[in-house]
Amino acid sequence: MNTYVVETRTRASNVTAILGTALVIALILLPLYAGRSTIQDMFFILTMLVLAQFWNLLAGYGGLVSIGQQAFVGMGAYALFGGVILAGMDPVPAILLSGVAALVIAIPTAFFAFRLQGAYFAIGTWVIAEVFRLLLAQWKTLGGGTGTSLPRSATKDMWFVDAIKTLLDVKTSAARDILAYWLALLLALATIGGIYWLLRTRRGLALAAVRDNTEAAKSVGVDADRMKWMVFLTSAFGTGLAGGLIYMQKARISPDAAFSVTDWTAYVIFIVVIGGIGTIEGPILGVLIFFALQSLLADFGSWYLLSLGVLAIAIMLIAPRGIWGLISERTGLQLFPIRRRLKGGQLDNLED
Amino acid sequence: MIWIDTLVQGVLLGGLYALFAAGLSLVFGIMRLVNLAHGDLIVMGAYLILVLVTLLGLSPFVALLIAMPLMFALGWGLQKFLLNRTLGDDILPPLLVTFGLSIVLQNALLEGFSADSQRLPTDALTTASVSLGPVTVGVMPLLTFASAIVVIVGLNQLFYRTSLGRAFRATSDDAMTASLMGIKPSNIFATATGLALVIVAIAALYLGLRANFDPSVGPARLIYAFEAVIIGGLGSLWGTLIGGIFIGVAQTVGAAINPEWQILSGHLAFLAVLLVRPRGLFPRAHD
Repeated sequence: MNTYVVETRTRASNVTAILGTALVIALILLPLYAGRSTIQDMFFILTMLVLAQFWNLLAGYGGLVSIGQQAFVGMGAYALFGGVILAGMDPVPAILLSGVAALVIAIPTAFFAFRLQGAYFAIGTWVIAEVFRLLLAQWKTLGGGTGTSLPRSATKDMWFVDAIKTLLDVKTSAARDILAYWLALLLALATIGGIYWLLRTRRGLALAAVRDNTEAAKSVGVDADRMKWMVFLTSAFGTGLAGGLIYMQKARISPDAAFSVTDWTAYVIFIVVIGGIGTIEGPILGVLIFFALQSLLADFGSWYLLSLGVLAIAIMLIAPRGIWGLISERTGLQLFPIRRRLKGGQLDNLED
Repeated sequence: MIWIDTLVQGVLLGGLYALFAAGLSLVFGIMRLVNLAHGDLIVMGAYLILVLVTLLGLSPFVALLIAMPLMFALGWGLQKFLLNRTLGDDILPPLLVTFGLSIVLQNALLEGFSADSQRLPTDALTTASVSLGPVTVGVMPLLTFASAIVVIVGLNQLFYRTSLGRAFRATSDDAMTASLMGIKPSNIFATATGLALVIVAIAALYLGLRANFDPSVGPARLIYAFEAVIIGGLGSLWGTLIGGIFIGVAQTVGAAINPEWQILSGHLAFLAVLLVRPRGLFPRAHD
């Protein structure tokens, strides 16, 4: 046999695929055997996971450290409320509007922010997020600075809610939570699958090349600017979808909450840094640690955020690749491998 | 007449923003480090002065004299033991560590001083005003603006007239070669951040005298400082003053049209400059 093949699969990734499928089935069926508070917790975990994956795509793979992701969460949320309140849309399809709205504002945002480098890019995205917050606070039909709620008529007969009610024999409010949970699960799976797919394509290889050495990547014909735009817009779209979904479940919005830098960017950064930046596994592990810490320290108010910050600083200094990085280094474990390895042909003989 | 008044108030407000920005500009100029906790350090400085004022019964200005060496020591230690470890080719560690520091500081202040807003005590001097031709201006804003000028003149003198300034410039240009000449970059960086926090203490005094503050106002100060630095052009201290004035005037003019537009018009003015002059009004020749 003299043919070479490029492989990315590992034994661990095959096991992951099998266990992952079982986990996904268990998660889909979760509303059958879990209580309402578990469903709400899982909704929180899944939506934070989506935000973390997209921030990780931006910072960990694209090298674009944004502190302005709240712009896309807030814009997505406001687009959903606008679609429902002003255009009478159903909240479920309005989530797509959220993604599109975030994508639309991402274009001027990138246009301005890409003029700044490194740390200044980070603060630049923050300023632009502030601009959107202040502008939307002026929009009186959507409650201005104090915010507004989704009308009861819109949330009562949302798509699928009646079906879930009869199917699982639950009350309307529980059915709404289950619907939101399933949508979050769908979004999280699509996000992880989509990013994994992207990183395994030619574009993903180009992206990694730009991150590792922009000049070298350019010299072999990678269009670095186009990669930056692609990553920024993709991540804005996904973050917008998550924002719409989060606020569909909350059913109440205000500019300060929807554009909160702590809730939608600081937490997300801590999740990614603690879990492991630049890997798909990192944010998954990070969000679980984040949720565990939150449950443990919930009664200690600001001590919670304080210790999260200290933990993130310590990890950045001691283990910049995060907890998953440590595990992966020690064991060589890769659940979502993207490294290409050459196999077959004479290479196999060399190994013997 | 009201427009002249608005303009003058804006220019004087710009002095405060230049004070916010001078420390940020100094640290970036020497070690290419952007401290995202800069605004929270200003707020912390204001609390430090407040504690000195309440505990020792001092005037805020005397309290500043005690706060300055304390802030210098804090900045020196912060740079030497924490931030120096993050410097390197990778931009992620300094950004994420200082962002974490910002969140830690905010929540530590919240735990220590609660979310109630505070203010430094004002006396007859700080509430007085003087007539300057057609407009009346407060003594306090004038003093703020004068302090900004003194700080910038002082920094320029330090940079170009002293051996420490020479070491700053040499390390900024090429830390490796500077270290061959007997300069320890890690100590130079620590001194620079110490100096930046002395300026932060001065900014904190005027922040606390001018308006109420609480643990959550730091990030907004960072943003104003950042806008002033970018508008002025990276590395130019006089440019930073002009940038501060630009933001100050944009804010007061916006507020004169509609009070809700004050902050927004400052940000929009910043974006307009970014659109027309991406490298700021007075960029350094090379960077």
